[in-house]
Amino acid sequence: MDRALFLAMNGAKQVQLHQTTNTNNLANASTTGFRADFDAFQSLPVFGPGYASRVYNQDHRSGIDFSSGSLQQTGRQLDIAVQGEGFIEIQAPDGNIAYSRAGDLRISSLGVLETGAGHPIMGNGGPIAVPPFEKLDIGADGTISILPTGQEATTLAAVDRIKLVNPNPQDLVKGEDGLLRDVTGASIEADASVTVASGVLEASNVNIVAELVDMIELARNFEMHVKYMQSLEENDQATTQLLRLN
Amino acid sequence: MDNALWNSKTGLDAQQTRIAVIANNLANANTTGFKRDRAVFEDLIYQNVQQAGAQSSQDTQFPTGLQLGTGVKIVATEKLHSQGNLTRTEGSLDLAIQGSGFFQILQPDGTIGYTRDGTFTLDSTGQIVNSSGYVLQPSITIPPNILNLTIGADGTVSAQTSGTTAPTQVGSIQLVDFVNPTGLQARGNNLLFETAASGTPQVGTPGTNGLGTLEQGSLETSNVNVVEELINMIETQRVYEVNSRAIETISSMLEFANNTI
Repeated sequence: MDRALFLAMNGAKQVQLHQTTNTNNLANASTTGFRADFDAFQSLPVFGPGYASRVYNQDHRSGIDFSSGSLQQTGRQLDIAVQGEGFIEIQAPDGNIAYSRAGDLRISSLGVLETGAGHPIMGNGGPIAVPPFEKLDIGADGTISILPTGQEATTLAAVDRIKLVNPNPQDLVKGEDGLLRDVTGASIEADASVTVASGVLEASNVNIVAELVDMIELARNFEMHVKYMQSLEENDQATTQLLRLN
Repeated sequence: MDNALWNSKTGLDAQQTRIAVIANNLANANTTGFKRDRAVFEDLIYQNVQQAGAQSSQDTQFPTGLQLGTGVKIVATEKLHSQGNLTRTEGSLDLAIQGSGFFQILQPDGTIGYTRDGTFTLDSTGQIVNSSGYVLQPSITIPPNILNLTIGADGTVSAQTSGTTAPTQVGSIQLVDFVNPTGLQARGNNLLFETAASGTPQVGTPGTNGLGTLEQGSLETSNVNVVEELINMIETQRVYEVNSRAIETISSMLEFANNTI
């Protein structure tokens, strides 16, 4: 049997994997601070004896789109958006440091500042605990100042500063929990040039139109592979026909 | 079955929930003291098909891996406790809280519910009750034959009965606040209930310890911004459409494969 059939099968399978990433991006088109994933195909030559024509393809994660998403005005004091480059440092469920752009913050019952998904926000020295307050403001550099309950309006207290970092995007990978981590494992210092805007949220940076076009292209690509399998079947039938002894 | 189909399915599910949240907000745009909800999304776990940095030979590593996302989920719907507008009603038992805090309402089962809805009336015994007839805590009984009833910004309730020249204090309304009001559980009837996430209620006099002050003759409208909800609705609808389009595409891919091979 002609092994070309396996080439076509492999192609169709890898297109399906690529399509999975595509649909994941589309499913997260309205997830706050979500960064779209890029997949790419690479050629994987497996040459054996005979004519060197066996080049399989392989789908792999080529990177993450780190462009900014659009900003949505919410007016809520605990909604922040990182402006330009940079990330908010958070604590992942496994206790390690991770990075996120999701700035829909809230205060837990224990007074810990955390993201909407429940990951504690890191400050200068670990997770940030916010005392009971009447009013809370987050400055452009991430400084949290509060008016403690029962105090005069003049007694503003600075609680902590949200650790804003600017790691090299090349070193960032998504963990299985969807949070970004630094592959080099180096601890990253706070970067004073990263600023946040308060009262706004950053939307997902998924470009729906581009993803749709990609999806159609992948669907056609898939059909091409399947069509190829069909042609190979016809070839096979023709060969059988030829060899049939009447 | 194909992962891509399930990804789109989670997208549809999440947007369906979000539209339900938006519809509920819009339905309650005129509900006194209603606080709008917001759906919070998070991406689901990733499947690591091929680990980035794994050894491709003794001396080399795969520079990139293959991770497949599995879609989106709604992690929470949270109440946004921003102040609603105050409208004048001139009702002597209509109260609005200016600032943070909740009224305490005694439930028939003995627990306490919390509300920002200050539409109060009197029951047959003269107790201050909410529109369901549940008693405001601490309970205050207004004597019969009163000329006027005054509720101060600090919650002091004073009544002037006929035949007297000066009003007498008959009780005082107290408010409660929570560390995390977002964590309160909504159970309908404009009532919220304490949970492990909200923290314990801290009772206090209105105007002290960060609690808001009371405004007699006013009611707090809902904090639903109708225009914003409409925009959210359009966005939700489009994302829903694009996800259903994805299902259609994947389905036609599989259909083509089934029919061709």
